[in-house]
Amino acid sequence: MQQKSETGYFGPFGGRYVPETLIHALEELEEAYERYRDDPEFVEELNALARDFVGRPTPLMFAERLTHEWGGANVWFKREDLAHTGAHKINNALGQMLLAERMGKERIIAETGAGQHGVATATVAALYGRECVVYMGEEDTRRQAPNVLRMKLLGAEVRPVTTGSGTLKAALNEAIRDWVTNVENTHYIIGTVAGPAPYPRIVRDFQAVIGRELEFQARERFGRDPDAIVACVGGGSNAIGVFHPFVGRGDVRLVGVEAAGRGLETGEHGASLTGGEPGVLHGSMSYVLQTEDGQIREAHSISAGLDYPSVGPEHAYLKDEGLVEYASVTDEAALEAFVATSRLEGIIPALETSHAISHAAQVARELGPDKNVVINLSGRGDKDIGVVADAIGVDAHEAEVASGDA
Amino acid sequence: MTHRGSGGERLRAAFSDGRVALMPYLTAGFPTLDGAREVGEAYVAAGADVIEIGVPFSDPLADGPTIQDTTTRALENGADLDYCLELASGFADRVPVVFLVYYNVIFARGIEGFLESAAGAGVSGLVIPDLPVDEAVDFRKMAAQRGVAICPLAAPTTDDARLDRIAEASSGFVYCVSVAGVTGAREKLPPGSIELLRRVRAMASAPVALGFGISSAEAAVEAASEADGVIIGSKLMQIVAEKGPEGAARWLRGVREALDSEAWTKVGGRN
Repeated sequence: MQQKSETGYFGPFGGRYVPETLIHALEELEEAYERYRDDPEFVEELNALARDFVGRPTPLMFAERLTHEWGGANVWFKREDLAHTGAHKINNALGQMLLAERMGKERIIAETGAGQHGVATATVAALYGRECVVYMGEEDTRRQAPNVLRMKLLGAEVRPVTTGSGTLKAALNEAIRDWVTNVENTHYIIGTVAGPAPYPRIVRDFQAVIGRELEFQARERFGRDPDAIVACVGGGSNAIGVFHPFVGRGDVRLVGVEAAGRGLETGEHGASLTGGEPGVLHGSMSYVLQTEDGQIREAHSISAGLDYPSVGPEHAYLKDEGLVEYASVTDEAALEAFVATSRLEGIIPALETSHAISHAAQVARELGPDKNVVINLSGRGDKDIGVVADAIGVDAHEAEVASGDA
Repeated sequence: MTHRGSGGERLRAAFSDGRVALMPYLTAGFPTLDGAREVGEAYVAAGADVIEIGVPFSDPLADGPTIQDTTTRALENGADLDYCLELASGFADRVPVVFLVYYNVIFARGIEGFLESAAGAGVSGLVIPDLPVDEAVDFRKMAAQRGVAICPLAAPTTDDARLDRIAEASSGFVYCVSVAGVTGAREKLPPGSIELLRRVRAMASAPVALGFGISSAEAAVEAASEADGVIIGSKLMQIVAEKGPEGAARWLRGVREALDSEAWTKVGGRN
């Protein structure tokens, strides 16, 4: 359809659908990335911080009680929740911070949904002594109040965004508008594999450390590649990161899990790949939740991180090529998985991650015993306890938990 | 006699009568579906040479708070693409109409279908803020076949190599963005804008218009020293919101008079 002369495409998806003002900055970023990605000093700095600051490699853990509970394949957790700041988001934020530093950008901006990427960005900005502004939908600042506090403690300014539904989509709009206005001295650390080229590729490469570690750890622990890898997909950065080295191998089943929200049939969900159409949002062509007239619809998910009406363009490509299968899980099922994982494994997972866990039960049963399914445990759920308490009726002042129904 | 010639020809004619083209913007469907028609009529009466009609989009990345508010209202009012086309056709036989439209609105309708409808409604040209020249290669050819002109944007951050491609891609006018930033009324003309106009003029055979932030007759006159046209959006939308179409017409007439009284400077200065 369009001329694909550059590398910023994944099949027909991706590209650079942005105001002209930003083209120069995107070219500059691309140049910097090409120059430094294999630069020994850059790689060494990134690896040293990944080890000492982030705590990599994150463990691969056998989830014994869930394995018994589900009665299928062996269930493993790739513990990104143990990374510094509590989610995989730090991998990308750190890599981009190193690029921003080399590009001489004094000011860092970011968007955030659940707040995990905002916290990760505020963290690396503090580490490098940079001014940091984080845009966050007003609704999300309420849902994820603890993360707002963390960002402020780290010295970042959190700007609540009131336009639209006050969620991740609106936060991205505002971050891009800020960047257009302050492009000379500002680097925009986008938090997921979406946005204009070269972001989807850069973010993927920084997150691919998850998949590379898993490849090694899987051989160490069970002597071969996993039979399946399951990850949640909002924008899709943790999924791309853990899938990347395994894409196209054929022997590893890759499963992305979107937010079905209140149910796909209600239209209130965040499942862009399952329920959307190709379109352009936030600088790239991908699957988008939209009306017939091309207006972007509001997404819905109980998890702020999956509450996004589009998805990274590489996922759109992987879906169309049949290289990754995509499923979706409702708010209610995610909540059940959240509680089950807390009680059976002693891990409170992020609500985003809980979508992956929920669907992994089905994958584990389909695979059967003696197979191995790895769930990318993309983040921890401390930030979600308020939302969950509201949803399932836990009261901190009462001793017992009401039954699981909402 | 409607829609004679291609969109590009109609647009170029609007720039060719020796005076600086006045190019007011309105958001289709703001303040109401009927109100937007009144705004357009007021613009025509005040001496508009081109009318820029904003097709409302849910996520207008290049727009500041003023225009965002108008598009949100317009969408609530039900301003869909068919309404926008109808609105355009009401003016197109009197003054060239340009659509400011985000790419997803075009893509959702289907590129061929959109261009056909736009041409049918008499829309002369398209300003697509999120479709830079690199992504517009095939689109441009398809638009040319339908006689719809492309008016690409040039920014202060655009280097000369790109300006060259933008100039070449323009079949309508080149839309110079006065400042790295979003739309919105600004006190003064940003310092880099005159330089950008000069750079574009050196490369483009198409007319060159300046937009983003022009909010006084003085700024318009200053822009006119190098521009063939001035685009005024946010300031007019503010006035429409506060004082209605008549208020906007009064203000616009003031700009028209200021530009015309300076016209000799421009003609004398350039030729």
